Amino acid sequence: MQRLDILYFAWVAERLGCDSEQIAHPGAATRICDLVAQLAQGHGDNGAVFADIDRLRFALDQHMAQSADPLGDARELAIFPPVTGG
Amino acid sequence: MSAVVVSADVLRPEAELVYLSRSGGGAIASFVGQVRGDDGVTAIRLDHYPAMTQTALHALVDQAKARWPLLAVRLVHRVGVIALGEPIVFVGTMSDHRHAALESCAFLIDRLKTDAPFWKKEFLTGGQARWVAARCGDAAAADRWSA
Repeated sequence: MQRLDILYFAWVAERLGCDSEQIAHPGAATRICDLVAQLAQGHGDNGAVFADIDRLRFALDQHMAQSADPLGDARELAIFPPVTGG
Repeated sequence: MSAVVVSADVLRPEAELVYLSRSGGGAIASFVGQVRGDDGVTAIRLDHYPAMTQTALHALVDQAKARWPLLAVRLVHRVGVIALGEPIVFVGTMSDHRHAALESCAFLIDRLKTDAPFWKKEFLTGGQARWVAARCGDAAAADRWSA
């Protein structure tokens, strides 16, 4: 079965208490926002970090993605706050 | 030398300018971002997404080179803990003439702010720490470079 690595960064990782997890790939047609709703269920009280999806940003296989994008055949989904480098 | 460096090492802007000056053009533009002391900030920590950072920064360099006639580009970003007043980022461009150098330098730092996966955490006097929020103006500054 294909797996999906999920990576968390910055306050998303801090509030979840973990910086990565691996799940069974939910399918190419699954949208990022659908998966985020599932993740919120699976993290108990910490799932509140996913509640406001507008505060989150995403990357599929190291490329920026939108919450309505389908996972496709990506092997890695990263979930993080808006970036603040520079 | 690679156009892109992401490192925990101390950043030396003067050495970067010397490197650019050897590229033969007539105009160098540079930007240095450093740690500000707002609200008693004593240091910051830069986290990043290593597998994506290089890709994102190289993509920006490629876009700048496609848009302006550049002889050299240098994009250096520090990660890890950085003390007050120390440089965080260096953006330098070299071209034959000033407009290409100045515009491409502004493009690179504006787009780095919205496209590269870095996150700042500030450490304050008294031991508190807080994540820096993205500024509303950053997206607008990056958007002005959209074709």
